[in-house]
Amino acid sequence: MAIVKTKTPIPEQPVEERIKNFDEVALGYTEEQALIEASRCLQCKDAPCVKGCPVNIDIPGFIRLIKEKKYDEAIKKIKESNNLPATTGRVCPQETQCEALCTLKKVGEPVAIGRLERFVADYELNKGYEIPPIVKKYDKKVAVVGSGPAGLTVAGDLARIGIEVSIFEAFHEPGGVLIYGIPEFRLPKRIVRAEVEYIKSLGVEIFTNVVVGRSVTIDELLKEYDAVFIGTGAGAPQFLNIPGENLIGIYSANEFLTRVNLMKAYKFPEYDTPIKIGKIVGVIGGGNVAMDAARTALRLGAKEVHILYRRTEEEMPARYEEIVHAKEEGIIFNFLVSPVKFVGDEKGHLIGIELQRMTLGEPDGSGRRRPIPIEGSNFVFPIDMAIVAIGTVPNPLISMTTPDLSVNKNGTILIDKETGKTSKDRVFAGGDVASGSATVINAMGAGKVAAKSIFKLLTEE
Amino acid sequence: MKTPLIAKKALPGQFVILRVHEKGERIPLTIADKNLEKESITIVFQEVGKTTKLLGRLGVGDKISDIVGPLGNPSEIEKFGVVIGVGGGVGIAALYPILKGLKEKGNYVISIIGGRSSDYVIFREEIKNISDEIYITTDDGSLGRKGLVTDVLKEILEERKIDRIWAVGPTIMMKVVSDLTKNYGVPTIVSLNPIMVDGTGMCGGCRVTVGDKIKFTCIDGPEFDGHLVDFDELLARLKTYKEEEALALRLFEESEVGKVGHSKN
Repeated sequence: MAIVKTKTPIPEQPVEERIKNFDEVALGYTEEQALIEASRCLQCKDAPCVKGCPVNIDIPGFIRLIKEKKYDEAIKKIKESNNLPATTGRVCPQETQCEALCTLKKVGEPVAIGRLERFVADYELNKGYEIPPIVKKYDKKVAVVGSGPAGLTVAGDLARIGIEVSIFEAFHEPGGVLIYGIPEFRLPKRIVRAEVEYIKSLGVEIFTNVVVGRSVTIDELLKEYDAVFIGTGAGAPQFLNIPGENLIGIYSANEFLTRVNLMKAYKFPEYDTPIKIGKIVGVIGGGNVAMDAARTALRLGAKEVHILYRRTEEEMPARYEEIVHAKEEGIIFNFLVSPVKFVGDEKGHLIGIELQRMTLGEPDGSGRRRPIPIEGSNFVFPIDMAIVAIGTVPNPLISMTTPDLSVNKNGTILIDKETGKTSKDRVFAGGDVASGSATVINAMGAGKVAAKSIFKLLTEE
Repeated sequence: MKTPLIAKKALPGQFVILRVHEKGERIPLTIADKNLEKESITIVFQEVGKTTKLLGRLGVGDKISDIVGPLGNPSEIEKFGVVIGVGGGVGIAALYPILKGLKEKGNYVISIIGGRSSDYVIFREEIKNISDEIYITTDDGSLGRKGLVTDVLKEILEERKIDRIWAVGPTIMMKVVSDLTKNYGVPTIVSLNPIMVDGTGMCGGCRVTVGDKIKFTCIDGPEFDGHLVDFDELLARLKTYKEEEALALRLFEESEVGKVGHSKN
């Protein structure tokens, strides 16, 4: 049989419709499409794709089961290593992970591994999931701080092997960045809720509205629990620290997305939380969060949305699919520009941003070419709303109240990457709080590592 | 409000964030008092918008959907000597635990509290019980002296040496107090009330300029050196959602009127 060189396309909402709603853009494979795509997999013996997966899913294994139409077994196979498959199938940057290493890439496009993962995960969610039997109960309790991808992974992995887990979440709804950060049109909240329900079905208890560091400290948790895992993410927004940044109309991406996603400001006044949308919006940054913010602003009625990025498209850290979708939807990309100051009117409202043109120099520490300012190239770009999406750092509340927990100057918790151990006895950490802003799947990978060493610590005593 | 975890931890100057119902917004409110036996805290608020009006409709035994806290840094309560607490409107309730703490530390406490009219000067008995001197002002003269809290404050500052001042109330009051006390060189602490979403340092919506630096009120505050705060910027930012707030309130009140009309039929 001849090799099909391209991925089976995934049905999507038409552009002209989707820019007016918050429904999911990619609609997911039908069974027929999934079977066609699964048949492209060569079932390589050495499975290079698995090496690209931070949680080591048996990729050829689950694809083979799809080919055989054994969908229940396919999802079971994925769940051996991944507790949140409906999420990762949608938000993983597969092009730099599993799919980057696919053998088919030598002749064409890789197997659409992410889309297949999503297909079986959705299949199970629609049908109702099976709760795996819990093998053995230990008389040990673990506290997990934060209910994002890292925390849910640790909780799920430990619960499945019979350890009691309580999750503490600061917000009123669990899910962390999956709930407050990633928009509905990319990851519907009903999917996140279903994945959280699955973790709860394993016996995990989730306490919302508890801010560890304020409501309760790490030391207090250690009195009641045998170990603590900190998976609080990188939730503190960074600002540009340029003049005019407190003008009305300037949001951190975190605030903008939290208002819209968690608080449902896109349904104001049915929901009480408001949001202000400008006519011409400038989004500063080039990552997934910048794409999410730009596409959200567009859906909320902005006339023009501009990405303002200081390097070029090649250096943009955003997922390929997000860039493609953003372009299709009419987001305007402005490269090699860097903000110098914000300009306001007499009432304190934003009316423009002064930008400086850049050129690319030698690669920097990140391996990307460093932007260098061009003297005398400044100009004012009129915008009435700005969203600052230049990255986040860990929230300081836990490190402030846990003096013997070692952190670096950004507040990132220092861990042993092999075990997730922190400087504090019985305290583990993983995900963005220990790595700096990264991906959902990397946080889950770190969670798996920590879960293993927590289990070892508790059962070897 | 019964909330054991918060009651156990709450210290003067801290606040909570609450959500009244499932579609509600998150709003910050300062903790006015707590009762360890009843595992409860006291919150005082003024009904100005939809959320506070909804909260005002609730009675004993009712529940709200969420409350989280205590948030923010506690007040720095030490023995300073002679201190003045200036309170306006619902800020008087927020000022109360701070002054109570200061009194317990052995400070000589002078309270100056005021409001539009006598109805707005709340917590009078509580404040009186922990004050060495108390002065009351109202805009209309319906209680105490006719005038502003700053009128009394200015007279005291002219006559006596004061070691520290707390001002808690409407932003404009805190600004006027800070402007005044700057001339006398008396350290002045204000408790800011910007727009917030999460209250844990993750949105930056509550950012204020304090001495040319950006500070987050929720985790760096809520109390700051009043002489360093950019009040004009804060006053402007507080108006960000003026139109949306008015719309939400109008729709709410219309639906209330509708309900009343309906029940009469």
